[in-house]
Amino acid sequence: MKRRTFTKLTASLSLAAGLFGTTALAEDNMRIALVVKALGIGFFEAAAEGAEEAAQELGGVEIIYTGPTDTTAEGQIEVINSLIAQGVDAIAVSANDTDALVPTLKKAMQRGITVISWDSGVAEDGRQMHLNPSSNALIGNMIIKLAADHLPEGGDVAVLSATTTSTNQNIWIEEMNKVMGDYPGINVVATVYGDDLADKSYREATGLMQSHPDLDAIIAPTSVGIVAAAQAVVDAGKVGEVNVTGLGLPSEMAGAIENGASQSFAIWNPIDLGYSAAMIAHALASGAATAAPGSEISIGRVGTITLDETSSAAMADPFVYDASNIDQFKSIF
Amino acid sequence: MLKRLIQSREALLTGAIMLLLALIFSRFPGFVTPANLANVFNDTAPLILLAIGQMIVILTRCIDLSVAANLALTGMVVSMINVAAPGLPIALIVVIAVGLGTLLGMVNGLLVWKLAIPPIVVTLGTMTIFRGLIFVISDGKWVNSHEMSPAFKAFPRTEILGLPVLGWTAVIAVIVFSVVMTRTSLGRAIYAAGGNPRAATYAGINVGKTQFWAFTISGALAGLTGYLWVSRFAVSYVDIAGGFELDVVAACVIGGVSIMGGMGTVVGALLGALFLGIIKNALPVVDVSPFWQLAISGGAIIIAVALNAKANRVKGRIILKRAERAS
Repeated sequence: MKRRTFTKLTASLSLAAGLFGTTALAEDNMRIALVVKALGIGFFEAAAEGAEEAAQELGGVEIIYTGPTDTTAEGQIEVINSLIAQGVDAIAVSANDTDALVPTLKKAMQRGITVISWDSGVAEDGRQMHLNPSSNALIGNMIIKLAADHLPEGGDVAVLSATTTSTNQNIWIEEMNKVMGDYPGINVVATVYGDDLADKSYREATGLMQSHPDLDAIIAPTSVGIVAAAQAVVDAGKVGEVNVTGLGLPSEMAGAIENGASQSFAIWNPIDLGYSAAMIAHALASGAATAAPGSEISIGRVGTITLDETSSAAMADPFVYDASNIDQFKSIF
Repeated sequence: MLKRLIQSREALLTGAIMLLLALIFSRFPGFVTPANLANVFNDTAPLILLAIGQMIVILTRCIDLSVAANLALTGMVVSMINVAAPGLPIALIVVIAVGLGTLLGMVNGLLVWKLAIPPIVVTLGTMTIFRGLIFVISDGKWVNSHEMSPAFKAFPRTEILGLPVLGWTAVIAVIVFSVVMTRTSLGRAIYAAGGNPRAATYAGINVGKTQFWAFTISGALAGLTGYLWVSRFAVSYVDIAGGFELDVVAACVIGGVSIMGGMGTVVGALLGALFLGIIKNALPVVDVSPFWQLAISGGAIIIAVALNAKANRVKGRIILKRAERAS
C-alpha cells in the first residue's frame, strides 16, 4: 500500500516536473492551500487577500485559494482530496462540518501536510491547531469598550441582546460584566432581549430610550439587534444622543454609520484572519513553530497567539469599524 | 341578540384596553401621552392590517398561516426591485407589493377552492415555500438600509396630521373593510359561508369561491404590509416577521373572531391587534422581566379564548340578519 502510494507520488511528481520543467524554481515555493466554506463569498475573498499579503511578506510562498461552489462538507472533501494529490505543504480550512472532514484531513496529515483550521473549526483529531477569530473574553471587553470610548465622562448604557437563551450573547455579556470595573462611570442600566427579530428589537430599543431618557449608548452584540436599534434611534430623532454599538456586519451597518446612529461597531476582520491563518500554516509547515498546547506562534503584524489545551487560539480583539473604514469593507461582507 | 353579544364583546375589549392603559400609566406615566399612543398605533399598524385579512379568512372557516411569509417574500421582492431601480416611483412599488401579495393569496385560495385541501395544510405548505423562495431570490443575503433609496424608506414615515402614513394605512383599511364586510354582497357572503356553509350553498353562495376571495384579500393586505414592513425597519432578509402569523391569529382570537367561522368584526380584529400591540410596546418600558413577557402575552390569549368559548356556547348560528330582525 505504502509502496504503491510512493510509486504513484513519484510518478505524479516526475510528470509535474516534466510539465513544468522550466519552472523548477516554483517547485521550491511553499504551497499553502486556503480552503474556504464556498467560493464567491465576500468574507472569504477578503481572507484570501490577507493570505496573499502574508505570502508576500514571507516570500517564497504560494497561496492556493480554493473551496467548493456551495457550502457542503462533501464539496470540501473533494477539494481537500485533490489538494492532497497535488502534494501541497499546508492546508488551512474553514470547515463546513466539524466532524465530516476529519478522516480526509487525517489522511493529509499522514502524508506530511500541515493542517490547521480557522474561522469555523474541525474536531481536534482532524487538525494540528485551530485559529478562532477572537475569544469570548476579548469580545465581552470589546463591546463595552466601544461604548466607553465615546463616553469619556461616563454615562448610562443598555444591552440589547438576542434571546434570553442565546449561548453566545449570554457568555459575551457575562464576560462584559467581569471587566466593568475597568470602565468607571459607565453604568449598564438594563439588559433587554430582542429575540433576533427586527420588530421586537426595534420596540425594545424604543422602550429603552423611553424608560431611560438619559441613555447614552445601546450595546447590541447581535447583528439583527444592532441594525434594528440603529433604525429605532434614527426614528426617535436621537442620533448623536444615543450611540448604537456592538457586533454587526459592515454591509448591514453601513447605513447606520453614514447617518450617525452608530459611531463604531466591531466584528472580525477577514483580512487579518486570512493573513494569520497563512502565517500560522507557514510557521508550522516550515518547522519554525510546533502545534502543541501552550506553544506560542508569532503571526507577523497581528501579534502572537498562544495555543490552549485543545490546541486552539484566539487571534485578536474584534476589529473596529467606523466612518474611516466602512466604505472599504461594506462591499466585502 | 347576536348584535348585542358582539357589541358587548367589543365593549368588553375596549374596557380591557382602558384597564391595561391605566395599569401601564401607574407604572410608567410617559406611555399614555397622545404622541406615544400615536407611536404605539403606528407600530401596531402592520398587525392590524394582517389581522383584518386573517379575520376575513377565519370567518370562512379557514386559516391563513402564510401571511407572515407572504409579507417577507413581497418585502424582499420590492426591496430588491428598489435596489435594482432606485428611481421607480413609490406608487408603483405599492402597486407591485399589493399585486404580488394578491397573487400569492390567490395561490392559497385556488388550492383550497379547487383541490379542496384543508386550509391549514395548504398555508403551512405555502408558508414554507414562500420562505424558501426568499432564500432562492436573495441567496440568503440581506438588503440593507444604505442600499434602499431614501424615498423608499421615507414613505411610511411621512407624517400627516401627526400620524405617519403607516398608521393611516391601517385607519383606511379598517374603514374600507368595515364597509366591505357589512355593506357588500361579498362581505355578507363571507359571513354566510363561514356561519353555515350548507345553508349558504342553498342560498346560492359558492362557498369555495368565497374562501378563494378571502385568501386573496388576506394576501393583498399581507403584500401591502410587506413593503411597509421592510421600509419601516429598513432591512429585508429571509427571517423577517418570523412567527408573526401566530401574533396575527392571536389578535383575531382576542378580538372575538370565532375560530369556528362566521363570527367576528373588523373592529374586533382592530381591538385585538391593539390589545396585543399595547402589551408588546408597554412590556419593555414597565420593567417586567423579559422571562415573564412571553408568559404574560400567552396569558392574555388564553383568557380571550376562554371568554370566546363562553360566548360561543350560548349562540345559535344566524346567517341572515335581516330575516332575524323581521322575526
